[in-house]
Amino acid sequence: MITLESVSKSFDGGATHAIRDITLEVATGTFLAVVGDSGSGKTTLLKTINRLIEPDAGRVLIDGEPARAVPAHDLRRRIGYVFQGIGLFPHMSIAENIGITPRLCGWPAAAIRARVAELIDLVSLPRAYLVRLPTELSGGQRQRVGLARALAARPGILLMDEPFGALDPITRDALGTSCRQLHERLQLTTIMVTHDVLEAVLLADRIVVMRQGRIVADGEPHALFTGHPDPAVRTLMDMPRRQAARVRALLEERGP
Amino acid sequence: MNADLRSALRVLPEYLGQHVLLSAAALALGVAVSLPLLIAARRSARVRWPVLALASLIQTVPSLALLALFYPLLLGLSALLQRLVGWSFSPLGFLPSLLALTLYSILPILRNGITAILNLDPAITQAALGVGMTSHQRLLRVELPLTAPMLMAGVRTAAVWVIGTATLATPVGQTSLGNYIFTGLQMENWVWVLFGCGTAVALALVTDQLLALVGFGLTRRRPTLTWLGLAVLLAGVAAAGGLQLRTTSQGGYVVGAKNFPEQYILAALIAQRVRATGHPVTERTGLGSSLAFQALAANELDVYVDYSGTLWNDVLHRTDMVSRGVMLSDLRTALRRRYGVELLGALGFENAYVLAMRSGEARRLGVRTIADLARVAPQLRLGGDLEFFARPAWQDLERRYGLHFRALRQYEPTFMYRALLSHEVDVISAFSSDGRIAAEHLTVLSDPLHVIPPYDAVILLSPRRAHDPVLRAALKPLVGAIPIGLMRRANDMVDRARDKRTAGEAADWLAQAAHLRQGATAPGVIPRR
Repeated sequence: MITLESVSKSFDGGATHAIRDITLEVATGTFLAVVGDSGSGKTTLLKTINRLIEPDAGRVLIDGEPARAVPAHDLRRRIGYVFQGIGLFPHMSIAENIGITPRLCGWPAAAIRARVAELIDLVSLPRAYLVRLPTELSGGQRQRVGLARALAARPGILLMDEPFGALDPITRDALGTSCRQLHERLQLTTIMVTHDVLEAVLLADRIVVMRQGRIVADGEPHALFTGHPDPAVRTLMDMPRRQAARVRALLEERGP
Repeated sequence: MNADLRSALRVLPEYLGQHVLLSAAALALGVAVSLPLLIAARRSARVRWPVLALASLIQTVPSLALLALFYPLLLGLSALLQRLVGWSFSPLGFLPSLLALTLYSILPILRNGITAILNLDPAITQAALGVGMTSHQRLLRVELPLTAPMLMAGVRTAAVWVIGTATLATPVGQTSLGNYIFTGLQMENWVWVLFGCGTAVALALVTDQLLALVGFGLTRRRPTLTWLGLAVLLAGVAAAGGLQLRTTSQGGYVVGAKNFPEQYILAALIAQRVRATGHPVTERTGLGSSLAFQALAANELDVYVDYSGTLWNDVLHRTDMVSRGVMLSDLRTALRRRYGVELLGALGFENAYVLAMRSGEARRLGVRTIADLARVAPQLRLGGDLEFFARPAWQDLERRYGLHFRALRQYEPTFMYRALLSHEVDVISAFSSDGRIAAEHLTVLSDPLHVIPPYDAVILLSPRRAHDPVLRAALKPLVGAIPIGLMRRANDMVDRARDKRTAGEAADWLAQAAHLRQGATAPGVIPRR
């Protein structure tokens, strides 16, 4: 379980807040999507969980234990993180990239090798890619490696920051689906930041909408669809439905 | 094979060995200083800019000036240490060269390192923390490997600069490949100059390629190549160290020479006589004028030839006029008391400032002394070398004899003689032992008022060798054995443009002409006056 208690963060000494007074509880096993415009504080929220950003006020608890109770690097080794810019290490092979966290945790070499082989299968990439460098892979393949790297040390929590942002729609859809399958298979608690409401609706159990550093809506996708008091949230949630309706209309018009 | 080339090859192990050791030490120290600075600069921008500004500042100081600046600085530090803890170090040779070259090596490493740091992709450095690295692990596993190619390029630039600039260590008393260049320039021996430049360039290229191999191994993750490059580099340094160890463990005598031809000839003569006793000898030539005495007093040289007037002014800081006998005996006592340096004796000739004229002209005007010259000076033009008119000797001459010339002109020494011969000037300031005086049949004007101090060539022994029986026995026969005429002819042999001889050949000729035989005492040649 991930708990945020009145968490705030300002990058300009208190003049404005990237996130303000955020309180959030994410039950174990949940796939949570955080949506909102750019600058709404989604990424800041995500980074306070693995302490890439330290909050100015409030606290973060992981399974009831304050995140600050352990050294930051220990905490991060137990939480998988998929970066917006992927962030693979360009001087390391794919195998080394995937195996980095287990290596930092001091796993024996044989165990790391076995785990890396298992993960490359898990993210559906050929094993021959293990000896390649990141520059020799396509964007989608790189992001699969990023996902494998995040899962390598068997974390219970997976944080993803716009994981599919830079990918073409087909790759995006395929990766999203694999991601959801992995979430279920590995019984993860997943938080995914995205600006794509459709993606959030299709993958998540629960959606949080953020605006100007605050949470303005929080609920299951179905509940958010069936009407929300905030007109902006309504507009946001209407969008995928309108799109779906238009697609259906098109299909019926020209259908068999 | 060409004789010049043969003589160059003979001293190659020593020059190259010293050059390699100096450059390697400076580069290693430069890297050792730069890396912590870079790591500090990585952590904070407040460190970054002052560090870079300082390094740029160092780079704007000309190399030779930087080397020379360290000398007085270290001299002061050495004196301070001597007073405080009773221990000091030599401010000459290796140390100032090492420090100056280290400073020079730092800039390219720092500049490239900082550029590399600024170019690190923030997504990657953040990912390093995200996967659970400590900041130490991030430095070692991500930042260093990613900045390594740029950093290695900086190290390569530094290596090439250091190897090139190390040739300038010669004038501060550190043997290097620069000895070929400085000696060659003085002696107009172009084979030596080219040989020195060529070996320095070759050394720089080889080092650069080996460092490139190390860098290639690092970035392409081919550790064998990295180790191969490092192994060859280390083997080179070790070989240079071995050569040096052999030279120093021989316990040989070190003969010094300042940076003009007469000094090279005399050093060769001394070296030949000592070598003939069966003891090994090293020559350290091309020393800056004031450094030679300091090196001798510090036991870094064992013997060299200096001039009484120079020692009187520059070492004892005296300006009063005394007779030459008094000057020699005062020097002998004062040098022994203050420095433990032994003045073995005068060689028999002087190398003093003199005024010289074309002999025909002198005869026509009836000029034999400087007093005669004063009469006709207003119709004549005087040529001096670059420093003559700033010397106390000239000011005294002017005042005491009432000299007023029609014009004063300054020349580089070689051109000064040409100007005299082509009637552009009528009188020049020459050195009394200069070979061109005899070769061009010049008339040297006598100095009846004894305004110009005596500049007797004297043999000086270091404190450590002051009572060394071998050295004393080998050199005693030289005392009073070299009259001015012989020295002029020997100097002319290496100065002249045609049929030029090496310093060693001139020394052979001088030994023969002065009837010096090994072991035999000198025939009773009495110094003039």
